[in-house]
Amino acid sequence: MKSNWWKILSIILLVYSIIGGLLFAVPRLNIVNETIRALYFHVPMWFGMVVLFLASTIYAIKYLRNPNFQNDTYSVEFANVGLVFGLLGIFTGMIWANYTWGSPWHGDPKQNGAAIALLVYLAYFILRGSVNNEEQRARLSAVYNIFAFVAMVPLIFIIPRMTSSMHPGSGGNPGFNMYDLDSKMRMVFYPAVIGWILLGVWIASLRIRMRIAEEKIIESENENA
Amino acid sequence: MKTHNKYLLLGLFLLINSALAAQDAEMADTLRSEGKIFVVVAIILVIFLGLIALLIYTDRKVSRLEKRLPK
Repeated sequence: MKSNWWKILSIILLVYSIIGGLLFAVPRLNIVNETIRALYFHVPMWFGMVVLFLASTIYAIKYLRNPNFQNDTYSVEFANVGLVFGLLGIFTGMIWANYTWGSPWHGDPKQNGAAIALLVYLAYFILRGSVNNEEQRARLSAVYNIFAFVAMVPLIFIIPRMTSSMHPGSGGNPGFNMYDLDSKMRMVFYPAVIGWILLGVWIASLRIRMRIAEEKIIESENENA
Repeated sequence: MKTHNKYLLLGLFLLINSALAAQDAEMADTLRSEGKIFVVVAIILVIFLGLIALLIYTDRKVSRLEKRLPK
């Protein structure tokens, strides 16, 4: 039995973040009002996505150094779950923007950057789907994976900070610096981030194990045939 | 020492100022005082834990299948 303590930790942290996120005191601010609590759920999606994409890229590099089925599987499944987190991040962001910025899609640099980054990763799956040879598919997509991660960093972290953006933590808008200073919010926010990252890794690990099991079954079937 | 105090005062002023300015922000105080917020928390927790239970069940199933795999 593999060690499961981090799965339990994930559940505890997330239950705590749901209770604390809805019940604990938050700064009383105009415009955002109670929606400030969305920070506990919307932002961890992006943290989770970045960590999962980073893991995906690490396994892509590992594959290029040591081409085997396992490294490729790890790389794909981390990217898969990372994409889900990214989509959840963008949809929750749209709901939040609708009530605080006035419309779901504001053409804000942070929003556009995030959307382009997700499209870059969608292209990764299209690339995988369009190559039939397994080794070629794994190698090409590993190279593209590195490119996708390198493209995502400026799109999400650098460009929005260089232009004016309404998104907190971006150019000319200290926004959440004020909230970040609130130590009460940190007490819920950081556990939520860790909890969601662990949950993402958990889901990815299940998909990886299923794929590896499937591959073993196919192998044994081929041997018997 | 003197400049130190100045910055401290400025910091305190900014803190109090922002706190005062935000005092009138509309929050869901009624929902909280009536205790109905707990209903929302309970519902979200039930859904979340239900999905987690499904995840744990799937995890166990995968573990069982792995044991039966050809070596």
